[in-house]
Amino acid sequence: MPVTKWNYQVTEASEIPEAIAKAFYIAQSGRPGPVLLDIAKDAQFQELDFEYKKCTKIRSYIPEHPVDPFKVKEAAELIDAAKKPLLLFGQGVIIANAEEELKEFIEKTGIPAAWTLLGLSALPSDHPLNVGMLGMHGNYGPNIKTNESDLIIAVGMRFDDRVTGKVSSYATNAKIIHLEVDPAEINKIIKADVGVLGSAKKSLPMLTMNVKANKHQAWLQEFRDCDKIEMEKVIQKDTFPTKGGLSMGEAVRITSEKVKNNAVLVTDVGQQQMIASRYFKFTQSKSNVTSGGLGTMGFGVPAALGAQLGAKDRTVCCFVGDGGFQMTLQELGTIVQNRLPVKIILLNNNFLGMVRQWQQLFFDRRYSFTELHNPDFIMIANGFGMPAHKVTKREDLEAGIQKMLDHNGPYLLEVVVEKEDNVFPMVPAGASVSDIILEA
Amino acid sequence: MKQEFIITIYSENNIGLLNRITIIFTRRKINIESLTVSASAIPGISKFTVVINETEERIKKVVGQLEKVVDVLKAFYHSNEEMVFQELALYKVPTEALYDSDQIEQLVRKSGARILEITRDFTVIEKTGHKEETQKMFEDLSQFGVLQFIRSGRIAITRDPIERLSEFLKERDALLEAMD
Repeated sequence: MPVTKWNYQVTEASEIPEAIAKAFYIAQSGRPGPVLLDIAKDAQFQELDFEYKKCTKIRSYIPEHPVDPFKVKEAAELIDAAKKPLLLFGQGVIIANAEEELKEFIEKTGIPAAWTLLGLSALPSDHPLNVGMLGMHGNYGPNIKTNESDLIIAVGMRFDDRVTGKVSSYATNAKIIHLEVDPAEINKIIKADVGVLGSAKKSLPMLTMNVKANKHQAWLQEFRDCDKIEMEKVIQKDTFPTKGGLSMGEAVRITSEKVKNNAVLVTDVGQQQMIASRYFKFTQSKSNVTSGGLGTMGFGVPAALGAQLGAKDRTVCCFVGDGGFQMTLQELGTIVQNRLPVKIILLNNNFLGMVRQWQQLFFDRRYSFTELHNPDFIMIANGFGMPAHKVTKREDLEAGIQKMLDHNGPYLLEVVVEKEDNVFPMVPAGASVSDIILEA
Repeated sequence: MKQEFIITIYSENNIGLLNRITIIFTRRKINIESLTVSASAIPGISKFTVVINETEERIKKVVGQLEKVVDVLKAFYHSNEEMVFQELALYKVPTEALYDSDQIEQLVRKSGARILEITRDFTVIEKTGHKEETQKMFEDLSQFGVLQFIRSGRIAITRDPIERLSEFLKERDALLEAMD
């Protein structure tokens, strides 16, 4: 019950059609979410005259409130007056199918846009106003600039603690506009100066119509200057390392390049998730699947097979770590059984890497239950009838990835990476976003 | 600053909803001081009256989370001053104590309580009032030996001249019609 949006117990067959109709309506509308229908065995074995009527509304449930035009006007005034505005977008944009509307808004106003983990892919990676990922392992620019900005426009995001860091020192110089479909999210974590309730699909175009065309070149350049610092201190080393063991970053970069930045990315939870979200590039929306705030290790493999079923013609690249992979690797069987051509890239550092990183940085390297005794993953994949290959050397990486992508069918590529690499930048837990660190 | 608030929740009458509602309080470690569930004046709509001790800031967020529950129509919160509220208490005392002196009789008369039932062995007294009043009655009766004491959850009604639920339902109907 705590994880479902709605649940209902059916005890009579006569209730089934209506309950099913309601379940689908609730699961798919507003802020979508799982629903649970518990159909008692008695009801399953009864007979009824079947008649299905689609559910289109429920008295106690308004999935999407109409947008208040006065709020839009108020928001537009703040936007026109802002000198250093920053737009933050989340999954709400993707759920509302408002990617184009988002693009039109930022292009008219010239406002830099940063994304949350679940907002990833809503805006193409190479869009000139895309300034990168927010939050704990996000990009340097959007984190630092959050506290310099004089106006935050949050669209379809909920100020998760990974995004805000310490709430009391978050966006301290900024007024806040919050465009959000769920009334409970407005003013929940960050007080909004203007809260615009409703779907981003409707509110964004209204806002675009009401704002003046503008450019924020100097402000945007500040982000690009941050990018240079981050490139030099972090990204170059992560994605084009020349010494040491293989890095997660280079495996992600090469995979993304080889699929022409046009694959569906599925990630598990941990270091590989953060690295993949940082370095995998996107050209189309709805191409990123991850568990977000739930942070459920083991999500990757089963989600990848779901993603492949939902996007049959696209390449699905699933990045998992050696920890999370072992939580649901039985689903390799389902993948093989259904002949789903999922490409699984196992980034193996022989650790619960993210936990180890915290133990290193904040607990003086006192490693506790993070080093793993791993099985032979190649044998496991082969045991399920899935071809697999292991890469341990830099010179073999590119060919290994190419071989995986060329294979017609599911494939596991194990990349043995440096054991104690860390994910940077990092906003330490409980610190302000502007205290983001680039190295230990 | 924490203070006592009364949250009134109007919902569809569905099984399992109570659990969904209480979980919103328990996962925030908010203690429910009193909870009453009953049918409302409008057929098919249930009414929950919840008393909690919290800051207004947190109450607002809790109300937001309550309204997010699919089967919940609307939730309101009020301070004690904004509502007329009562609780009901029942006391069982040995009937013998009534014979011994007229003190219990005096107590019942003075406090506006009433006697519900008298048997050879025990007498049941009923008193409505605020918690402090029913508590005082309990303390006053204690010297005679209270065999059983029970207090109900709080019920409350707003001092507002307009019935906010009917207003809300009118707005909601308009909203639902606009969805077509």
